[in-house]
This record gives sequence, structure tokens and C-alpha cells, in this order.
Amino acid sequence: MMNTPLVSLVEAGKTYGQLAALSSMTMSLNEGEVLGLFGHNGAGKTTMMKLILGVISPSHGKVEVMGMAPDSKEAWHSRSKVGYLPENVSFYEQLTGLEVLTYFVKLKGFANKDAKKQAIGLLEQVGITYAMKRQVKTYSKGMRQRLGLAQAFIGEPKLLLLDEPTVGLDPIATRDFYKTVDQLKSNGSSIILCSHVLPGVEQHIDRAMILSSGKLLAMGTLSELRQQAALPVVIKATSLKEGGLNGAVAQDSKLKCFLTDACPDTLMVPEHEKLSVLKQLLNLSELDDIHVESANLEQVYQHFLSRHELALHGRKGGQS
Amino acid sequence: MRQILTVAHKEFRDGLRNRWLISITLIFALLSIGLTYFGAAASGAVGVTSLSTTVASLASLAVFIIPLIALLLSYDSFVGEQESGTLLLLLTYPLSKSQLLLGKFIGQGSIIALATLLGFGASAVLLYFQLGDIAILSAFGLFIFSAILLGLSFTAIAYLISLSVSEKSKAAGFALITWFLFALAFDLALLALLVGVDEGVTQQGLTQLMMLNPTDIFRLVNLAGLENTNVNGALSVAINASLSQTQLFSALVAWVVLPLTLAIFIFKKKTL
Repeated sequence: MMNTPLVSLVEAGKTYGQLAALSSMTMSLNEGEVLGLFGHNGAGKTTMMKLILGVISPSHGKVEVMGMAPDSKEAWHSRSKVGYLPENVSFYEQLTGLEVLTYFVKLKGFANKDAKKQAIGLLEQVGITYAMKRQVKTYSKGMRQRLGLAQAFIGEPKLLLLDEPTVGLDPIATRDFYKTVDQLKSNGSSIILCSHVLPGVEQHIDRAMILSSGKLLAMGTLSELRQQAALPVVIKATSLKEGGLNGAVAQDSKLKCFLTDACPDTLMVPEHEKLSVLKQLLNLSELDDIHVESANLEQVYQHFLSRHELALHGRKGGQS
Repeated sequence: MRQILTVAHKEFRDGLRNRWLISITLIFALLSIGLTYFGAAASGAVGVTSLSTTVASLASLAVFIIPLIALLLSYDSFVGEQESGTLLLLLTYPLSKSQLLLGKFIGQGSIIALATLLGFGASAVLLYFQLGDIAILSAFGLFIFSAILLGLSFTAIAYLISLSVSEKSKAAGFALITWFLFALAFDLALLALLVGVDEGVTQQGLTQLMMLNPTDIFRLVNLAGLENTNVNGALSVAINASLSQTQLFSALVAWVVLPLTLAIFIFKKKTL
């Protein structure tokens, strides 16, 4: 089967007056793919989501969702196949959870008589049926977030855009949420998760995009990004003998140069040297424990961000 | 159309839930019944007075209170949803901006219309039973109809405000200023123009100026039928240059349709 991307941006950007909220961005999202979109506040995440949702039109370049420009008239009907969870949304406080959701189900185009049933089903899915007859103003932050998620899940969307979906969720709800994400993904839905980097998100995304001040810093699978970032693998080991790991490898000219001054018993090893170093370490009889840690998403993210900042400062320095 | 009705239904229920319908109806009913019975208290009599006086005093009160209530009910319609984030969300739904706006207008307009009908209708029915004169119903019918149009007009104006500002508190401020300008300042300015400037404005010109203010059109509709003794100020001059009721009602309808159209236009241009 030809794999036409569900979402594609070609040199798409958005400027507000002088301010470039998003500069030329080229990316695509395939069916059944989960993309993590990371960046600080004001990095352009929300602008990119709005472009894909068709709420705003690109200042330049092209945006296509399901083969159509999302801000065009013919894309109208595909809107019912798109789910969106905005950041910090607060629903109609004086309505009950069920009423709020029924309203949104109806607006998604479902017949009035099915709307309520479907709303109840969705509330069950996010686990707040027990509070559905209560006014939203009595809800806790986590419950509101679940209500928002239920709203985004209406009509089994083909494309889901979730802005900070796990904010305010407790660990169990977060786990349930990721379970739903995995399930939707296996049903062929594509998902864009927009987030500050949070622990636990990396197992659930296929690719990550890192944005800063409207620019794309890096995009790829986590291992691709790791490779690009060339962050060392951290190997920690403890030794039975006195002097710890530092003492154990002191004699070895190769291992010695991976030692770090900052923390004892720790080797910082480039990714490609990992296995050979490990083999060598395993041969050392005095070690009793080895702990290997590849760079996680947060470190990769920090790396790209600080590199970007360095480049910015460097340029500024050169100009002045 | 279905989308419009869904929004309208939700807005109407909001109005019920927030006790808007019941409180506006009560205010109108108390006002109108009170005025009907005690309107003549100043002249020493308690009880039902003449029909024209009653309608005149009702109209001169309604002209202040209806715009105020309509503005209060609707000033945060859009800016409120914008602040809570639901406006952005709604626009990602298969729901156009004009559908959302018309839905809100129908929903909130129904609250105003129903409250006006029930509140003022109550005293019409009461008067009818007291006096048994069919003329009461037609006079009140005209009054209620124009009051509803006045309410709808200010609902549309409130949408203009709500769509033009980015904070709820600003919208509240502008709503208050708008009310002050239309309900009070405009007439004072007209009067100043009439008295202060010699040959400043002709009778014809004055009536035309009054068309720029929906509250004045409402006054003209309801006071035009009365004897001159009940009316004073700028109005009495205008009444003499009488426009037909049809013309006045058309002007009032225009004051509903034009702000509403402009509001749709602004909404379409608005970026979120």
C-alpha cells in the first residue's frame, strides 16, 4: 500500500506582523504514527497545531491534512475525524460533565438520540462516569483533564492533537491515558502529543520533533536523535575493592579516559564504544554491579536546546 | 441548521441554569405590574390608570433596563469562551463561525424574548381582566414586540463588543459605556443640540438623528401614539414629525440585523 501521509507541512510558516511564530516547517505524519512535539512555551507548538487544525491559515507554504488544506471549505467534513485537546481548557462550569460532553458529541455531527449514549461511553473510557451528573465546577483538575480527553476521543478520530494531555493526571490516570493512546494507534489513528518533555512519554512515541522559538531543531526517532546528539552512554559500576571503579580502571589506558571528574564510579562512553567497553568491564573480576543508561529524551532535548542557544549567542557575538 | 440549533439549545439552557430567564422575567413582571397599579400614585390615586400612561411609563423604564440586561447577558459570550479556551476548541469542530454566532444569538435572544413576553405579558393580562378592553392587548402587543426587538438589538451590539476585545473585564467596561451612551448621553446631546444651537437641526433632521439610536426608535414606537402631554424633551419634537410605525419597526429591525451582520464579519476576521 502506498503510504500517503495523513498530515504534511511543506515550508509552512506563520507570522504575526514582525513576529515569526513558526518559520518554514516541513514535516509529515503517517497513519498510525505517534509524534511527540516538544518545546518550551512559545516554541511554536500551539501555532503548528492550529495550522494543522485549520483554525489559522499559513502565511506561507502548504499544509495538508487528509489530502486537503485544513482551512478550506472542502475539509469541513474531515473535521469530525480530528480530535483536539487544547491546553488549559476549562469547560462550561455550570453544566454537568455529561451535558458538556453531549454538547460536543452533537457538534461533532452525531444524531441527538445517540449523542447521550455515546457521551456516557466516552466518560466510561476516561473513568469519570461516577461524576457525570455533577457540575463541572465541582471537578478537580484531573477530572477536567479527563473530560477534555473524552471530548478529544469523540468519534474515534483519525487524527488526534493533544496539547499537554497528561498535565494534572495522577500516575494511574496517566497510565490509562497512554494505554488509550496505544490502543488508538493500533486502530490506525495518528496522534500528535504536544508536551514539555515528561518521563514516560518516550515509550509511546514513534518520532519526536523538537522546536524552539518557531524553528525546528531536530526531528526523528529517538535513536536517530540520540545518534545526532551523540550523547555518551553513562555506565555506572561499583567495585568490591577500595577505590571503586576509578581504582579498578586506573590501569587501563583506554577505559581511563572515559572517567569523569564530576562523579566517581561513572564512565561516559560514546554510543559506538558501548559494547566493547562493557565487555572489558565484565572481564574485571572485582566489579559487582553494572548499570548502563543511554541518554533519555530529556537529555537529548536539553542537548539540542542548549546547542541552539549556543548558536544564537555565537551569532549575536559575531555581529557585535 | 442542526449545528445552529445545538448551540442555541445549549445557550438557552445556560440561561435557564444561570437563573437569567427567571430573574429577568421577575424584574419585568414586577416593574410592569407595579407601574400598572401604582403608576398614578404621584397624582394621588392607586389602581389601574389609563392605558396610554401605563404603556408610556413602562416604555420609559424599559428603555433603560432592557438594553442593560441584554448587554449583561451577552457581553461575555465570545470573550468568555475565548478566555476559557472553548472558543478555539469549538472552531476545530465542523461548526462555522456564523453558525456559532447565530446559534448563540437564537439561544440568548430567546431568553430575552421569552422573559419580555412573560414579564410584560403578565401585566397585560392583568390589565385586560381589570378593564376588559381588547385595545390593551394590541397596545401591549406592540410594546412587547418592540421591547423584544430592542433586547435583540442590544444582544447583537453586545456580541460586537465581545468579539472586539480580548479580555472579559474590558468587555464589561465597554458594555457599560455603550449602555450609557445609547440610553443616556445620546438624548442629552440631542437636547443640547436642539436647545443650545439656534437653527442647529430641523425637526426632520432630529428624527433622522434619532434613527441612529435604537433606544430612541423604541421610544418613538411606544410614545408616538400618546397625547403630547405625556411626552416631553426632544421626543415631543420628533413625534410631531411622525414617521409611520412600519418605518420605525423597520429601523428597529435594521438595528438587529446590521450589528449582527457586522459581528459575523468581525468574527470571521478575528484570529485566535
